[in-house]
Amino acid sequence: MDNVTVEQKAKNTSTLSASKEKICHEIADLSTLDKSLINLLQHGLPVCERPFEQIANELGSTEAEVILHLNQLKSSRVLSRFGPMFDAVYLGGAFTLAALAVPEEDFDKVTEQVNAFEQIAHNYRRTHRFNMWFVIATEEADEIERVINAIEEKTGLSVLNTPKLKEFYVGLYLPV
Amino acid sequence: MSDKTMSDTTFIQEKSTLTAIERQYILLTQNGLPIIEQPYHYIAEEMEISVKEVLALTNDMLERGIIRRIAAVPNHYKLGYQYNGMTVWDIDDEQAEKFGDAVGRLPFVSHCYLRPRHLPQWNYNLFAMVHGKKPEEIAKYRGQIKELLKEALVKRNHDSGQQVLTQSNDMLTSTAILKKTGLRLKK
Repeated sequence: MDNVTVEQKAKNTSTLSASKEKICHEIADLSTLDKSLINLLQHGLPVCERPFEQIANELGSTEAEVILHLNQLKSSRVLSRFGPMFDAVYLGGAFTLAALAVPEEDFDKVTEQVNAFEQIAHNYRRTHRFNMWFVIATEEADEIERVINAIEEKTGLSVLNTPKLKEFYVGLYLPV
Repeated sequence: MSDKTMSDTTFIQEKSTLTAIERQYILLTQNGLPIIEQPYHYIAEEMEISVKEVLALTNDMLERGIIRRIAAVPNHYKLGYQYNGMTVWDIDDEQAEKFGDAVGRLPFVSHCYLRPRHLPQWNYNLFAMVHGKKPEEIAKYRGQIKELLKEALVKRNHDSGQQVLTQSNDMLTSTAILKKTGLRLKK
């Protein structure tokens, strides 16, 4: 069980249909200021009247430069988001991570069937017998089970339901 | 083993109540903050309250964990972090919280959860997502997690034909994004 490696990536990617978003993005060309901003702002924006002025002071730049660069990073989608990150609990609703073991020849068909449910928030293809992993997000807790049942009925496959039992604090930091 | 109690439970998210003003704040900012000189003034104007109140409300929501942080979220791929692995581990339930917490503190782990096993087809109860710029990098991270967890990994008979007990873990790498939408508070 210790032998699944990323080498399988190439093999699996080649079987994808062109319509799916493949995982190969261009790596952004970043200036020194861009890199400093990304590193600093992953930790958080100060809560004060002129937060970008404070950031600029820390980086030896100007407020105008900082604002210009951040807006460029946002529009070139190097930053996928800028703003408050809310704990999903407070956004209401229920979530679960679930998986299917989809036969290779049915993968595109099952992808369409699963993605058609509006309650599917994310869906990833992964290297495993359970090769499709998706997040189900619903407004009410009991709707999760209904969606799972409907997916099973639609696909004829049995859903592996792995709702979170406990979440641990993480501090991901991607230095550039 | 507390498998039985864990495996069939659908996790019920506790309904967390928000005040009207907190709901208004979330609805206004969940798609992001404008990158302008005075972003909190923008919130104040939209909500028709004072900037002082916005700053106090923001700090309060940060302290209570409603807002995790106000931050820039980089696109992993554009920063060169092209590889991610969902590492999964079969660890002793008694020690799961202690070791889960330790794994979550590793700097390269972005999510870390305990989830139910579904024996026999799925024996993993700890999930930790890792990110790297090269395949070797995420393989190395997996090795570091394995080292940290070596005391806690469950020995199980994975082959009914033989009586050998072995530990197991795996790493599922993503090869395609099939769907991705954001989670939003509904009006």
